Amino acid sequence: MKKLLILGAGTGGTMMLNKFHKALDPMEWEITIVDHIETHFYQPGFLFIPFGIYKEEDVIRPKRDFFPKNVNVIMEEIDKIVPKENKVYLKEGTELIYDYLIIATGSEIAPEETEGLKGDLWYNCIFDFYTIEGAMNLAWFFEKWEGGKLVINITEFPIKCPVAPLEFAFLADWYFTEKKMRDKVEIHFVTPLSSAFTKEKCAEVMADYLTEKNIKTTVDFSTGRVDNENKKIISWDEMEVPFDCLVTVPTNKGNSCIERSGMGDELNFIPTDKYTLQSKDYENIFVIGDATDLPSSKAGSVVHFQSEVLFENIMSLINGKEMKAKFDGHANCFIESGFGKALLIDFNYETEPLKGSYPLPVIGPFKLLQETRMNHFGKLLFKWTYWNLLLKGRELPVSNEMTMTGKQIDEEKE
Amino acid sequence: MATIDLLGKQIEVDADGNLVNLDDWNEDIAKEIARTEGIPELTDRHWLVINFMRKEFIEKGDGPTVRRLTKESGVGTKELYALFPKGPAKKAARIGGIPKPKGCV
Ligand SMILES: Cc1cc2nc3c(=O)[nH]c(=O)nc-3n(C[C@H](O)[C@H](O)[C@H](O)COP(=O)(O)OP(=O)(O)OC[C@H]3O[C@@H](n4cnc5c(N)ncnc54)[C@H](O)[C@@H]3O)c2cc1C
Repeated sequence: MKKLLILGAGTGGTMMLNKFHKALDPMEWEITIVDHIETHFYQPGFLFIPFGIYKEEDVIRPKRDFFPKNVNVIMEEIDKIVPKENKVYLKEGTELIYDYLIIATGSEIAPEETEGLKGDLWYNCIFDFYTIEGAMNLAWFFEKWEGGKLVINITEFPIKCPVAPLEFAFLADWYFTEKKMRDKVEIHFVTPLSSAFTKEKCAEVMADYLTEKNIKTTVDFSTGRVDNENKKIISWDEMEVPFDCLVTVPTNKGNSCIERSGMGDELNFIPTDKYTLQSKDYENIFVIGDATDLPSSKAGSVVHFQSEVLFENIMSLINGKEMKAKFDGHANCFIESGFGKALLIDFNYETEPLKGSYPLPVIGPFKLLQETRMNHFGKLLFKWTYWNLLLKGRELPVSNEMTMTGKQIDEEKE
Repeated sequence: MATIDLLGKQIEVDADGNLVNLDDWNEDIAKEIARTEGIPELTDRHWLVINFMRKEFIEKGDGPTVRRLTKESGVGTKELYALFPKGPAKKAARIGGIPKPKGCV
């Protein structure tokens, strides 16, 4: 029997499991997936929890509900991979061997990387919204909060879902307006970037929204430490921003099992070929999603586009053929802008987000880089798509590679 | 492609304003760019960082992030920000005549 081993049963691992289960002959192949947490979290939903739009039950499902029958499921923490021996060791000492390995261990927040962040104020008036605990605690805090300085701070890049902090700021503006206390809350967006977002075109649009919504922005702020006593974040070059409530997006890192395996970069992200998704160091190891060091966005939609490429390439390799599928860095993200509206951006390694409609020219139904109600429904529909299509590895009615169809090219720029 | 005037020569730069050709760079050019970036004098510590940036770029095809700089160059984060205020990786890349590192998106 040949062995395919998948590490991590989040978005990427679950998709790959479903795809290979369908394609590989069970008489020839044994498929195993490893994770240490029974619950699947719909992470994009964490954004809505602090504002009472989603409850905990909206974002959790048992992981096993998405696994096909006849696969080996092991619920145990991965200790390390020994790639030279094609072996994986689990925490309790179990040893697994593989012919092909897919790593999908994702990325996670590491607040301990910043001095004073996980101090006395943690979950008292400092919160993250990248974990279920953080999002829930923040929801309880907001319910009773009487207002003051709300600071949204990105510690350093890269982070998963780089639009989420901006969306958080827009939703906070809406939430406190609805609660008739917007005048009591000063919203301040603090980022290490030199503009509001990683992509230039989109950054300009976002900067306009921030101004329009009366959200103060500080750029070029790299957080060095948190002063718990005086409630301030302080940058490496000694700029200070005071807060009453700090919503932080801490440093994002790959899981520590990657570090223990000696396979990651300084943030435990795995060096991966940006087109084939094969590990740069080992032929029979592939990496998907947030665990990679690719310059594409770390997002669920990206994982979906990658999953098709990864599937084709591993199938080619197994069948002794040349790997032809190439990932183009395609990302497709809805950006909630508050008051029941959203924007949509679609881009890849080479092309910036452009205006236009998606997936069809003119008809859309979604508008690119423009605020509409339809886009907001698209964002909410994403939850259904995620649970019912994406995780099961089904095809979506959109193209895998980014296309220029429906996009307007800015003539001055060309 | 845009060009800028440095020490009396027209030199090609990319959309971020960083030099396009590694060979257009030399120490005098670096000092000149540093001045326009508000760094009047380049000390040995500055050079340590700049040379490390260039070496990484030549070997790997991309300049390092601040985190990698801290880990590998032997210059701590605090000092990096003192040497190159605001964005050490971004500024040291510009002065070192290499493209803006992709990690500091
Ligand atoms: C607040 C927020 C908002 C977001 N919004 C969006 C959005 O609007 N649109 C979008 O497309 N994406 C969004 N994302 C991003 C998206 O959720 C992730 O990019 C995606 O889930 C990544 O999938 P993955 O498979 O790489 O990792 P994950 O889904 O995180 O899975 C990793 C799995 O590996 C397991 N694992 C890790 N280490 C070990 C170990 N040592 N032993 C055993 N198991 C281990 C974990 O338990 C986990 O199940 C958002 C994320 C957040 C946090």
